[in-house]
Amino acid sequence: MKAIVSVIGKDKAGIIAKVSAALAEKDVNIEDISQTIVQGNFTMIMMCDLGDKISVAELAATLDKTGKEAGVVIRVQHEDIFNAMHSL
Amino acid sequence: MLSKNEIIETVNMVEKEHLDIRTITMGISLLPCIREDERATADAVYDRICKKAENIVSVADTLSKTYGIPIINKRVSVSPVSLIAAPTGGDGVIIAKALDRAANELGIDFLGGYSALVQKGMTSYERKFIESIPEALATTERICSSVNVGSSKTGINMDAVRLLGEIIKETADKTKDKDGLGCAKFVAFCNAVEDNPFMAGAFHGVGEGETVINVGVSGPGVVHHAIKNMRGAKIDEIAEVIKKTAFKITRAGTLIAREAAKRLNAEFGIVDLSLAPTPVMGDSVAHILEEIGLSSVGAHGTTAALALLNDAVKKGGVMASSSVGGLSGAFIPVSEDIGMINAAEKGAIDINKLEAMTAVCSVGIDMVAIPGDTPASTVSGIIADEAAIGMINNKTTAVRVIPVPNKKVGDSVNFGGLLGQAPIMAVSSYGCETLIARGGRIPAPIHSNKN
Repeated sequence: MKAIVSVIGKDKAGIIAKVSAALAEKDVNIEDISQTIVQGNFTMIMMCDLGDKISVAELAATLDKTGKEAGVVIRVQHEDIFNAMHSL
Repeated sequence: MLSKNEIIETVNMVEKEHLDIRTITMGISLLPCIREDERATADAVYDRICKKAENIVSVADTLSKTYGIPIINKRVSVSPVSLIAAPTGGDGVIIAKALDRAANELGIDFLGGYSALVQKGMTSYERKFIESIPEALATTERICSSVNVGSSKTGINMDAVRLLGEIIKETADKTKDKDGLGCAKFVAFCNAVEDNPFMAGAFHGVGEGETVINVGVSGPGVVHHAIKNMRGAKIDEIAEVIKKTAFKITRAGTLIAREAAKRLNAEFGIVDLSLAPTPVMGDSVAHILEEIGLSSVGAHGTTAALALLNDAVKKGGVMASSSVGGLSGAFIPVSEDIGMINAAEKGAIDINKLEAMTAVCSVGIDMVAIPGDTPASTVSGIIADEAAIGMINNKTTAVRVIPVPNKKVGDSVNFGGLLGQAPIMAVSSYGCETLIARGGRIPAPIHSNKN
């Protein structure tokens, strides 16, 4: 199952490291990653393959903690919602 | 491949613009629950709902977490209870209480379908049923009720219209300790639809399947945001942007609806495209109209702007889902929309303008608080006018007014939560008793003869 992880918050050192470490710990593979600054906010988008051991909801709960520690907002959403809204 | 901007757009819609799935509503047929004894019927109803909808809340929560979109309300609609109560005389209060217990057990906020369809004629058991509505609404917490009094095919049942004026007044009186709150859970319809997921008018039509999932999407905030900064744009460009936005919102709703139906062992019914406001800032239909170019909703031009909005939402939505239904239009409930509340408070909008607006959108004179001493015949007159607009224009119209006991124009009322607050609006001081007292049926319009 594939999901999109979006990380939004104030830019500072170590955000990518923290998020990647949390994903690795759950055996989640990052397939694509991009990062940018939107309206002064650090914005990172990761396309991830969750495999079949963890659900989107469980990963969201884990990353929510990581986000709080790093001072950013992390969302995990099934990729289907983006496909539904943006492609015919 | 998804672009970064598309992903950020969706994230922002949820995060900043109040995109949500307004309701997942499970329609359940209650026809197998009919027994000879009303207590036995009530028990069967309770068991069936608790079993069929057992997982509705947990499934909705899982879907919400999986797709990252809030699902605000989980609800149930049932077959018109007037049919279930028919063999035992029509009074359905015992069944209403069983429905209320079931709703409480499931953890849902509203259950709709304490309803009767009397658009052409009213049987003795239906009259008895309608007479039980005030008691049912006063003694339950989560039950919603509706009565269909007319249709484009049958005309308007003026006996039912007369009766409903009295029923609404009695409901207000029976719930006077809560400012007539019972009336906020009652809708009088013309051309009622059988697959509406929104309360208070949801019921599960007899033409529907056994268990059906209908989903109401929302997103006034998303539409508002999309047309912000379009200063100087031509009106057709605005329509185009609204259409595209409605497409995206509806696609999200369709995905959730199909998944929910699968996980709940039900058929996927329809996606309802209505823009449904809430009283929070940034979730207002009135503010969209003002963004299009009104200094306040209620100004001349309001009906035109609303017609454009309603039509553009439908065009985008129909493209996005093969199964669109319910009410599908922009809602303009006064007490539930911060822009409408403000306009009503400053006197920019009155009941006459609201009536005009209902000719071009769904659904009707909705959540309008009127003086407590409004005569029953005037309430009936409001219903008759709305029903006439629906009948002639082949569309659903409805009336949900609250004659707030002991309050007059200048006062205001607060129902709390999603039902919001509203100033008491003036109604015409001229009466229509003679018209209403006539009874009978307004014949079906000429264009109903299509065969």
